[in-house]
Amino acid sequence: MTEPLLDIRNLSVTFRTEDGLVRAVDGVSATLQQGETLGIVGESGSGKSVTMMTVMRLITDPNATFEGEVYYKGVDLLALPQDQIRSIRGAGISMIFQDPMTSLNPVYKVGWQIAEQIREHEKISKQGARARAIELLTSVGIPNAAERVDNYPHEFSGGMRQRVMIAMAISCNPDVLIADEPTTALDVTIQAQILKLIRKLKSDYGTAVVLITHDMGVVADMADRIAVMYAGRIVEQGTQRELFYDPQHPYTWGLLGSIARLDRPRPRRLAAIPGQPPSLMRLPAGCAFAERCAYRFDACETQQPQLLDRLGTGHLDACLLSEQRKHAIRTRTVEPELVEETP
Amino acid sequence: MLAVLTFIVRRSLWTVVVMFVITVVVFFIFFKTPGVDPARALAGRDPSPQVLAEVRQQLGLNRPLWIQYGIMMKKIFITRNLVSYSDQGELIIPEIFAAAPITLSLVFGASVIWVVAAIVMGVAAARLRGTIYDPVLMILALIGLSTPVFWLGQVVILITQVKLHSSIFSWVQLGYTPLTQSPVKWFEGLIFPWITLSILYIGLYARVLRANLLEVQNEDYVRTARAKGLSERRVLLRHTLRTSMITFLSLFGLDFGALVGGGAILTEVVFGIHGVGFLTWESLTNLDLPTIMAVVIYGAFFIVLANALVDVAYAWIDPRVRPT
Ligand SMILES: Nc1ncnc2c1ncn2[C@@H]1O[C@H](COP(=O)(O)OP(=O)(O)OP(=O)(O)O)[C@@H](O)[C@H]1O
Ligand SMILES: [Mg+2]
Repeated sequence: MTEPLLDIRNLSVTFRTEDGLVRAVDGVSATLQQGETLGIVGESGSGKSVTMMTVMRLITDPNATFEGEVYYKGVDLLALPQDQIRSIRGAGISMIFQDPMTSLNPVYKVGWQIAEQIREHEKISKQGARARAIELLTSVGIPNAAERVDNYPHEFSGGMRQRVMIAMAISCNPDVLIADEPTTALDVTIQAQILKLIRKLKSDYGTAVVLITHDMGVVADMADRIAVMYAGRIVEQGTQRELFYDPQHPYTWGLLGSIARLDRPRPRRLAAIPGQPPSLMRLPAGCAFAERCAYRFDACETQQPQLLDRLGTGHLDACLLSEQRKHAIRTRTVEPELVEETP
Repeated sequence: MLAVLTFIVRRSLWTVVVMFVITVVVFFIFFKTPGVDPARALAGRDPSPQVLAEVRQQLGLNRPLWIQYGIMMKKIFITRNLVSYSDQGELIIPEIFAAAPITLSLVFGASVIWVVAAIVMGVAAARLRGTIYDPVLMILALIGLSTPVFWLGQVVILITQVKLHSSIFSWVQLGYTPLTQSPVKWFEGLIFPWITLSILYIGLYARVLRANLLEVQNEDYVRTARAKGLSERRVLLRHTLRTSMITFLSLFGLDFGALVGGGAILTEVVFGIHGVGFLTWESLTNLDLPTIMAVVIYGAFFIVLANALVDVAYAWIDPRVRPT
């Protein structure tokens, strides 16, 4: 294994709020290899966005404190001064966001907004940047790009705007593209098109992708490796195969209960697992998922499970259940469903 | 392009309609308020019977309503020979036209000061959020916002004309000199009235802008701008401030219009600047109804005009409301 492109080590993010400390991210470690796609899944509020925004140093809240390191090509991004992080943002690592309706500035033409980013990172004339913008818009499948380049965001549909966002994100050939729920705000057919586009970028440019999503179907399609987040921690991490064929954590089992059949439209949200995630201000002493877990036992309430390679295969999970017990449970409940769902 | 043109034409026509309605309303208020004899009201204090008869005759008060309205409008807009009776023989419309550039000078200078100062203060406060400077700046703005102009004007006069007149402020000669005559004198005479008038607006606009900036700062597209690798400075100026200016600008247009329309009464009176506001004040104290009527129409016109300009500027600054 070569040195990873992105190496998040023991990252924690805490927000000081009026009601107390909110531990939004709690000791997250993850790596991203060249050209790889890492899927991050988890319920709303589990810290997916905060984690990746921290990587980009996009959290501007003065009440946030960060611990840990984020190495990108061997440099710790969290320790980098502002002017140096800027040269990485948009050029080395780009990000696209959930809501294409609000992610573009309404008062500037889309071509101008793309050119603005190119001109920030490269020495290129205005016309040159504009020509590149037109090329990019064409490459993300916007018809009539030479004309559309002078349109304002409100003149595009949601799907088209997300294409514009993607064109902007790839304009400086980044090594890493972070896509934070890029399709959640779009309807099903447009979703599929956007995912297809991201896959094409991966194969054309070898861009590594971090894909944040609620949708197990999407990660099944797109991700090489998957991290499952719950209450600010990664509770399970493994290859796509491992996670879908041999899930170890009861929370993942719950999420997989929600996997959509491939012959039916995908659900927008993860299936409801009964109960609520704990307040990030008062995390329990033991396993954060224990309260909602059908298989909890005494130790779960008192002992914080570590994310460990319990199987010895590089497939990590943070559950205290013994292997035998998990096996017993899964042959009873999870396995039959999974066989039916296997692609 | 055609769409823009039709938009402007439509907006202009609408402006004309609104102005017409204003003249009708003003006409009715002054001429048709039940129990008020317009001749008596317009003829000044204690008119002699001859003057009254003359006024009746001149305004056609025994003729049909629409002719009365027509005569009035003709006197205001075409022959411009509406006469102020309390100030015997003074032609009102030329008087207003003479006062307008004075008011314009006052308001223009003040608005330059207040726009620049408010942007600096608002941006500084928003950027310094979380430090002690932000609340300090906002309290200063609040003080500016709540300082009465007549009091502030008096203090300024006291300082520049009495206390320190023989030393640092010896160059200050309050009063209006036309710009075309002597730009230096124009500036010297107006600089303190400008400052006095602008203080209130600096406070108001700085607070509005700060609130707007803080709101826009949380917009997704500002995060996008940062994710693009732009400098904080560029994010602020080209993205956050640019969209915050939409509210700022529309507010500005309306205030500017109202001030040019005679809203700077207090400043003009305190500093003895003979602009439209001063004229309004004079006519009010003399109960000089023809002048009041003309000034009201003039002021209303400026506000309507400013409204129309704001609409056009709005479309220019915000593509979402641009006609397509
Ligand atoms: N500035 C902040 N101040 C306080 N708490 C915050 C702040 N930003 C985020 N949080 C909290 O951090 C937690 C994680 O938020 P995050 O946006 O990462 O969730 P997410 O997994 O991306 O969820 P979603 O799927 O809804 O996007 C949430 O509980 C949120 O309330
Ligand atoms: Mg999120």
